[in-house]
Amino acid sequence: MHLPLQLAPLADLFPNGISRYAIGGLLVGLGAVAIYLGTGIAAGASTFLESTLSYVSDQSQFQQYRASRDWRVVFTLGIILGAAVYAVVWQGGAWTTDVQPWRLLVGGVFVGIGTRVGKGCTSGHGVCGVGSASKTSIVGVVTFLAVAIVTAQLVSALGVSP
Amino acid sequence: MPLILVGGLIFGFGLAYSHMARPEVVLDFLQFDDFGLLFVMFGAAVVSGIAFWVTPRLRELAPLTGDTYGRRLKSFDRNVLIGGAIFGVGWGLSGICPGAAYASLGIGNVTILWAIVGMFAGAYLQGVWRSQRASSETTPSSAD
Repeated sequence: MHLPLQLAPLADLFPNGISRYAIGGLLVGLGAVAIYLGTGIAAGASTFLESTLSYVSDQSQFQQYRASRDWRVVFTLGIILGAAVYAVVWQGGAWTTDVQPWRLLVGGVFVGIGTRVGKGCTSGHGVCGVGSASKTSIVGVVTFLAVAIVTAQLVSALGVSP
Repeated sequence: MPLILVGGLIFGFGLAYSHMARPEVVLDFLQFDDFGLLFVMFGAAVVSGIAFWVTPRLRELAPLTGDTYGRRLKSFDRNVLIGGAIFGVGWGLSGICPGAAYASLGIGNVTILWAIVGMFAGAYLQGVWRSQRASSETTPSSAD
């Protein structure tokens, strides 16, 4: 198949096409909207960390999320199950990452601290916050995108792969 | 609760379908090898944006909770920048963020438990530190 010349650079930017990403993104938005329509909650995924810690820790910082901790567990179970449906029906079984465990662990610690200090993550700020045209969320997204790009480029330049 | 489960299901299915549950794909985006992630984030934000804009104009209260419909607005301060930068380091290093990590477990990626353990450890450290600072700020006020 030959693409018209002027479209070729565009295709380079999306080696896997765009429909997978666009359809997936619309579904992510629809999931958030379904919850919002019924409950008025603009859901984010990261508060689950603190709200779940409130089951096991008496620290005041965690206890303030006590009221929401039960539905946040249900939301997270839903995310896992929804992804599992995809894995069984489309993916044809389990898939595991090749990214090294130390990157996941150390990166996870930074994500855990950063999302709590910065009041949200890619779903809270990125989906619900940007969807609310919240200036705080837009600044948050631009900040973590820029830093993440620099970090990923540095790590890759140092020859760490995957 | 059933609605939250269904919403979570669609949300998680979307993350898996878009391959955001695969750290490699996120890292490809951050290294400018595949810009697909832009479609995921902005596609989702457009859908939620329409709902957040239209719904409060049609009705006042959510049917299941009786809460007023609002937008997701958080106050801006220095922490948004500091936290965002710390989050960015973690995201760029691992290719993982909270929602995608849970979805990743769903697609059978057991290796992702490293990231989930890390996120809980980070949130715990931050919470303990904040709780202690909050209590030390309230006690010395008796000095004056």
